[in-house]
Amino acid sequence: MTRLEDTALLALVAGVLTLLVLASITGWILSRRITSGAGRATVENINVRIRAWWVMALLFVVAVATGTVGSILLFSLISLLALREFVTIAPTRPGDHRALFWCFFVVTPLQYYLIWIEWYGLFSILIPVYVSIFLAIRTSLAGDTERFLERTATNQWGLMICVYFVSYVPALLMLRIPAYEKGNAKLMFFLVLVVQLSDVLQYVWGKSIGKRRIAPSISPNKTWEGLVGGIVCATAVGTAIWWATPFAPGEAALMALVLTIMGFAGGLIMSAIKRDRGVKDYGALIEGHGGVLDRIDSLCFAAPVFFHLTRFFHTH
Amino acid sequence: MIATALAVVSRLISGAAVQWHSDPNANVQRIYFGNHSSHLDFIVIWSALPARLRRFARPVAGRDYWEKGAVRRYLASQVFHAVLIERGNTGSDNARATARASLQRMAEEMGDRNSLIVFPEGTRSSNGQVGTFKSGLYHLSRLRPDAELIPVHLENLNRILPKGEILPVPMLSRVVFGPRLHTSVDEDRHEFLAKARAALIQLRAIS
Repeated sequence: MTRLEDTALLALVAGVLTLLVLASITGWILSRRITSGAGRATVENINVRIRAWWVMALLFVVAVATGTVGSILLFSLISLLALREFVTIAPTRPGDHRALFWCFFVVTPLQYYLIWIEWYGLFSILIPVYVSIFLAIRTSLAGDTERFLERTATNQWGLMICVYFVSYVPALLMLRIPAYEKGNAKLMFFLVLVVQLSDVLQYVWGKSIGKRRIAPSISPNKTWEGLVGGIVCATAVGTAIWWATPFAPGEAALMALVLTIMGFAGGLIMSAIKRDRGVKDYGALIEGHGGVLDRIDSLCFAAPVFFHLTRFFHTH
Repeated sequence: MIATALAVVSRLISGAAVQWHSDPNANVQRIYFGNHSSHLDFIVIWSALPARLRRFARPVAGRDYWEKGAVRRYLASQVFHAVLIERGNTGSDNARATARASLQRMAEEMGDRNSLIVFPEGTRSSNGQVGTFKSGLYHLSRLRPDAELIPVHLENLNRILPKGEILPVPMLSRVVFGPRLHTSVDEDRHEFLAKARAALIQLRAIS
């Protein structure tokens, strides 16, 4: 069965496209109704974001449709772009240069190559074990002890978040789930859809009825109303598409719930890093959204948990 | 072809966000002067220019570096149309004569349509700070008072390719082209250089 014959996958794609069309229409109506004041800027920002969503969704669909190769290429590129944004705001010194070169040009390609050859054993420990040791050695050999601990730890964290965690998305394609052969692309779809939808819905609920701030010192936009509304709605959508996953409906609901909570935590953690480093966004690559890291912050922390839960309950 | 490919690669590696505070497409001759911290500096400024203007923007570079090996020689003469000058110890009468001759040649090589890309610090700074300017920029501006002086602030390139490294780490960088620097004929050399340096450093604060 190729992916184009997978009707469940096609249904998911059709669903996402419908959602985008609805979003674009809503954005258009909003822009005609609200023509002045502060609301105007918000609406413009929303429409820019929706346009960016079209591009991101189409890239993702093309990657999924072209199979393992496409998915690995897309997410390795995302990793490189995210790592670039992370390292740019990291407190590096000249002594980190060679170690960082390894991170970009050896470690990242290797991590994704391991997914390609389906070597799960090494994939899961390469960065947390071997690379963390290697990077510390390489940096110490450079001989610069100024803020050594801070620098090595920051670089290691950059690799964990931008490369290791992100690589868990295409790694879902490695899982061998009984009675779900060749269905893994849908698992990837489920993960990305639920997490990103949860982000969007938290934003929408927060903008419409948000009052009580959760962590004003980290992110003034995150409210309890937005969080609960987003989690409930995204979990409902995740439950509604249980048929595309190897999960029973109740299980799909629990998985979606975990994903939305992890996604929220990811957004919070990555915002805390931004405040610490004194930047508003990680980059400016995606219009209206900021950098790549601003868009995938929730995905980073949801992907590894989703992978391991699925692996634990549905393989062997 | 090679020039376009190099410009694309340079933009990819440097991840440069380009900001203009003067008209990028103006049909005037300019002297772009930037802070110098990396071997990438000139190519990043060059690739940030509108494609149409790139072939008329000529870097001023050290002959000793750009005449080493066939590839560098080819790039310098055929792709970048660099104005290669002698670098040497300053101070001696001989060096002063060489410097004067180099400045004269820069002014001539501008002709009636070329712009120049220069780095008035003369050498790469190793700590990311903007060093003191040598007097070359002052004399050049006196020889070509018709050319617009445009300060160009480069940020982060010293982290992407620091002094002494040959492989780049592709972080994000920023290129800020400032507004034209206005000078007057009665400024002396020190006033001029201090003003030019301040105009360059000021661009760092613009976000």
